[in-house]
Amino acid sequence: MSKRVGVVLFPGTNCEQDVVWAVEQLGGAPEILWHGDATTKGVDSVVVPGGFAHGDYLRTGAIARFSPVMTAVSEFAAAGGPVVGICNGFQVLTEAQLLPGALQKNAGSKFLCRTVELRVETTTTALTNQAELGQVLRIPINHFEGNYVCDADTLARLRAEDRIVVRYTENPNGSLDDIAGICNEGRNVVGLMPHPERASDAILGSADGVVMLRSLLAA
Amino acid sequence: MPTFEARVDVAHLPGIADPAGATVERSLPALGYTNVSQVHMGKTVRLHVDAPDAASAQLQVEEMCEKLLANPVIESYTVTVSELVA
Repeated sequence: MSKRVGVVLFPGTNCEQDVVWAVEQLGGAPEILWHGDATTKGVDSVVVPGGFAHGDYLRTGAIARFSPVMTAVSEFAAAGGPVVGICNGFQVLTEAQLLPGALQKNAGSKFLCRTVELRVETTTTALTNQAELGQVLRIPINHFEGNYVCDADTLARLRAEDRIVVRYTENPNGSLDDIAGICNEGRNVVGLMPHPERASDAILGSADGVVMLRSLLAA
Repeated sequence: MPTFEARVDVAHLPGIADPAGATVERSLPALGYTNVSQVHMGKTVRLHVDAPDAASAQLQVEEMCEKLLANPVIESYTVTVSELVA
């Protein structure tokens, strides 16, 4: 039976259909999770996709964190369920304190929309279990606030616990320690700024995101 | 119960990028203000809160800051409370 992947939809989310399409291509069964419903509908994994949830008012992800669905997503994550936050979804997961740190404005004050190279730094997470250590993936970024920051103690823990999931090979946004994505202690919650769903077919310019989405389906 | 007006000033923590402030700082010399530095952009939130006294109003608004109005990872906040006089 195909894996059911819940795709969270807030007002202002705009990447959910891309995720739905990519999951379908890989044989998964996507299901939209409306932000106002406090349930993950028994899915096997959850994606919090990109966009501008609740208009990004106050701060990116700040209001989204209080949507009823996030209570269910937090419970799902606490029970070990795989949860991936992409771009704005990563920002939502940090605001929800499912992941440490925060995303601040890009160094250089530029909105960045281009394909970058990521290096896989660990293969024991919900998003990289099918990848190879050190594998370089070409994945698009599309953000203004993707500059990861956390305090020194948190960074030391992320490093010591092998929780930096992907790093930029050339840092585009000033992110601390070239961090493009991290995971939680349980390794089932992953957040990253790049968009694997936009690199899910050669016709899109890269199919390197497929290994990440396959990992999620296998998690 | 009296009503208090609270003013919350949210600022970037030192070391956190402030591109809006930097842009304004670069713009001011064009108007002849060449003596300006340390421009910082923040947010102000104003709200009314009903509370028994100023101390409890202050405490509640600080709680709101911790939970929502500021992100302690990247921002600091100050709360000023004053009683509204009808």
